[in-house]
Amino acid sequence: MAKVTVDGIEVEVPNGSSVLQACEAAGKEIPRFCYHDRLSIAGNCRMCLVEIEKAPPKPISSCTYPVADGMVVHTDSPMVRNGRRGVMEFLLINHPLDCPICDQGGECDLQDQAMGYGMDHSRYAENKRAVKDKNLGPLVKTVMTRCIHCTRCIRFIAEVAGVPDLGATSRGEHMEVGTYVEKALGSELSGNIIDLCPVGALTSKPYAFVARPWELTKIDSIDVLDAVGTNIRVDARGPEVLRILPRTNEDVNEEWLADKSRFALDGLRRRRLDRPWVRRDGKLIEASWSEAFAAIAEKLHGLTGDRIGAIAGDLCDAESMLALKELMASLGSANLDCRQDGAHLNASRRDFYTFNTTIAGIEEADAILLIGTNPRREAPVLNARIRKRWLNGNIPIGLIGTETDVTYRVQQLGHGPVVLNALNEAFAGKLRNAKKPMIIVGQAALARPDGAAVLAAAWRLAASVGALTAEWHGFNVLHTAAARVGALDLGFVPGANDKSMAQMLDGGVDVLWLLGADEFDTARIGDRTFVVYQGHHGDAGAARADVILPGAAYTEKPGTYVNTEGRVQRGLLAVYPPGDAREDWKILRAFSEVIGHTLPYDTIDALRKRLELVNPVFARIGFLPRFGATDQAGPAGDPVALSDTPFVPAIADYYQTDPVSRASPTMAACTATFATTPLVAAAE
Amino acid sequence: MGESAQTNPVPMRDSFQPSTFAFDAESEGAIPGILAKYPAGRQASAVLPMLYLVQNQMRRQTGSAWVPIAGMDEVARRLDMAPIRVYEVATFYFMFNLKPIGTYHLQVCTTTPCWLRGSDEVVAACRAATGIEGWGETSGDGVFTMTEVECLGACVNAPIIQVNDDFYEDLDGDSTKQLLEALRRGEPPKPGSVKGRQTSAPEGGPTTLTTLQFES
Ligand code: SF4
Ligand code: FES
Ligand code: FES
Repeated sequence: MAKVTVDGIEVEVPNGSSVLQACEAAGKEIPRFCYHDRLSIAGNCRMCLVEIEKAPPKPISSCTYPVADGMVVHTDSPMVRNGRRGVMEFLLINHPLDCPICDQGGECDLQDQAMGYGMDHSRYAENKRAVKDKNLGPLVKTVMTRCIHCTRCIRFIAEVAGVPDLGATSRGEHMEVGTYVEKALGSELSGNIIDLCPVGALTSKPYAFVARPWELTKIDSIDVLDAVGTNIRVDARGPEVLRILPRTNEDVNEEWLADKSRFALDGLRRRRLDRPWVRRDGKLIEASWSEAFAAIAEKLHGLTGDRIGAIAGDLCDAESMLALKELMASLGSANLDCRQDGAHLNASRRDFYTFNTTIAGIEEADAILLIGTNPRREAPVLNARIRKRWLNGNIPIGLIGTETDVTYRVQQLGHGPVVLNALNEAFAGKLRNAKKPMIIVGQAALARPDGAAVLAAAWRLAASVGALTAEWHGFNVLHTAAARVGALDLGFVPGANDKSMAQMLDGGVDVLWLLGADEFDTARIGDRTFVVYQGHHGDAGAARADVILPGAAYTEKPGTYVNTEGRVQRGLLAVYPPGDAREDWKILRAFSEVIGHTLPYDTIDALRKRLELVNPVFARIGFLPRFGATDQAGPAGDPVALSDTPFVPAIADYYQTDPVSRASPTMAACTATFATTPLVAAAE
Repeated sequence: MGESAQTNPVPMRDSFQPSTFAFDAESEGAIPGILAKYPAGRQASAVLPMLYLVQNQMRRQTGSAWVPIAGMDEVARRLDMAPIRVYEVATFYFMFNLKPIGTYHLQVCTTTPCWLRGSDEVVAACRAATGIEGWGETSGDGVFTMTEVECLGACVNAPIIQVNDDFYEDLDGDSTKQLLEALRRGEPPKPGSVKGRQTSAPEGGPTTLTTLQFES
């Protein structure tokens, strides 16, 4: 530790810290453009100047200067103020004065710091330089004349995203930030450079000229377009969601957000179900809520529970799933399933289906085996954590599955599950020697006939290499659906004598209730089955429905979600559902009354109490303790059943995976741009 | 500005860019020697000599010494670097020509010492002889490219033109004209002072210290 005095305040910081960090520890604000605590240090903007006693008698950039014991720092001396003013003046020489038409206006570091540390005028009277804008694809808009060459975007794309596409070409006055050879940024995390850019050089293309930050209401929520549970902030104006930004959560997403989760929001306005519909004579016609309810009630009349079933979709909140489960129970049915992809998830114990190491725990791992998963596509933010760990060095990573560029080097160990029976001896040795090995099983490994066997084999492997100890739980299931873990926690799966999804299809039930379930082939539903679709988008499920009940999307309801780690998180309502659409649990509650089985909760708080009763994990919001493995006994599965059929990637097109992103023109543009770009092997 | 969300970047290259580049036997022969100079795992350090290999090979093969994008991509592949890292280096240094140039690259120094010694005349003679108007342009016949450079470090023999890898010194309007005519005939004169000065020794001697006469 080093003792440093900053403006008379004494602080202790670890050796090797920068002076800037010491100043922060002392509560002093240091202006900056290039420095970012999650990126490497560049030291090129010179805004963070301070004065250090007994150091060279000149302003010193604090982000690059290491602390020393007994150092005395001044952050507000005349030399410092003058220095910063000078730097600011230089930065503004070539920066256009186009704030009135700049999308960064109101949340611009340059604007703020010019106000705080700059001069009130410029002495520069010559021509400013102009730089041609770059086309970085459908997501990131560029106005490169505004760029101040902080290189944050370059460093993020190369370091965190691992897709080194951006660079600074030419020199001096001619330096330009871009791709040199025109290309769309091939990273699923590219939107984050918009947040990182301290000026308006990189802004959101779909959001261009849409709103000013001060017009927006900002609501905390949870992303549901993958299973990471990224913490987001939903920015809305009136009834419309205009923007989605990440919130910092060190345990989950640090401060990153994946592109689909950030940009699919224009899908929230399109193809919405905003009123109930009832099919009459083969055609869907608009109906009132009571007509829709009456139509369902009539169908249910006289049916026994075993002829009724329900399937929960990928974006559902826990509240509505519990309400649906209990509605089904009141009708005598336990034909429930949440595994639309047919994944052989085992709900008998929680650590059989969660990401037990936790996302933050990845940073402690010292060997990783990926089985049937491409985390880059399935959970880009989580993948960034694996890359971060990989960059720290000394970690073997193996992959059983389709070869792709996951942004770090992996050892290809095979393509199908049989490999698990005879794992490459050298790699198995590395796993055994590792202190904290991780096994990550993806949905591609489970959604296949031998899925249960793969799950069991992966667990056995984890146990045999010492990944399951009292301190370390190295067995992980990586989900792709935000609702899945919550549904499993609630027991939204059939019991031994009840019908599974496959049995409910093909005429196995007479009434099938789809709660936002669109990710399966609806043609498999029996012709005579009466389908109730409750959800927010006119997608596959709605097209097959006999009655449509318009529900709320994730931004339009308060909801509880459990991410792949098993972390329970809550989002708030940002805007109201459109038209006649309602929050989903309320729809179920209202319908239960119609059929005389009134569900015992009138408020969401009462329903949440009920959640906690059903499974105590729902009482623990946000915080997730780390568990070791207490029970070595694994899930059942016949090892002989392991086939040699290669794993098929769980996600074919990252940009369109759910009703929201399929309705999004921005995501469609991404699909068009990237569908033809194959992922090339070998990371930097 | 104002483009719709639907515009997708189509990789756009100038028509003069070849779509592929492969090192020829001569370059291949030089590569192991270059790579051996750097410790294992630090091969990226070889990027500058490798880019020179590309430029020299282009001169051999096409008569024009320049580095095409395909060549930078090949260097990136050989050195296991991201292509953008090679683009950054190639565009940083003035010595790499990023588009085709003439057979003779006239790099005319116009910095103060050369200017004081008459670089304006040299420039004018070059313009007259080649028909080139602006800096960086290539003559219609593809023989000459004219570039304005800063001090070449040979001010003692100002003014200077660097032609490809050679310096021609002590120029004036006439000698520049003769130089260019000789080049056009494909008979490059001997590099160095056009006045026949020995390196940068005084004109007319002395050329060694031993011939100096000191007054006592
Ligand atoms: S575009 Fe923005 S983030 Fe990138 S270097 Fe320029 S100012 Fe920095
Ligand atoms: S923040 Fe220190 S130089 Fe940019
Ligand atoms: S000024 Fe021309 S060589 Fe120095």
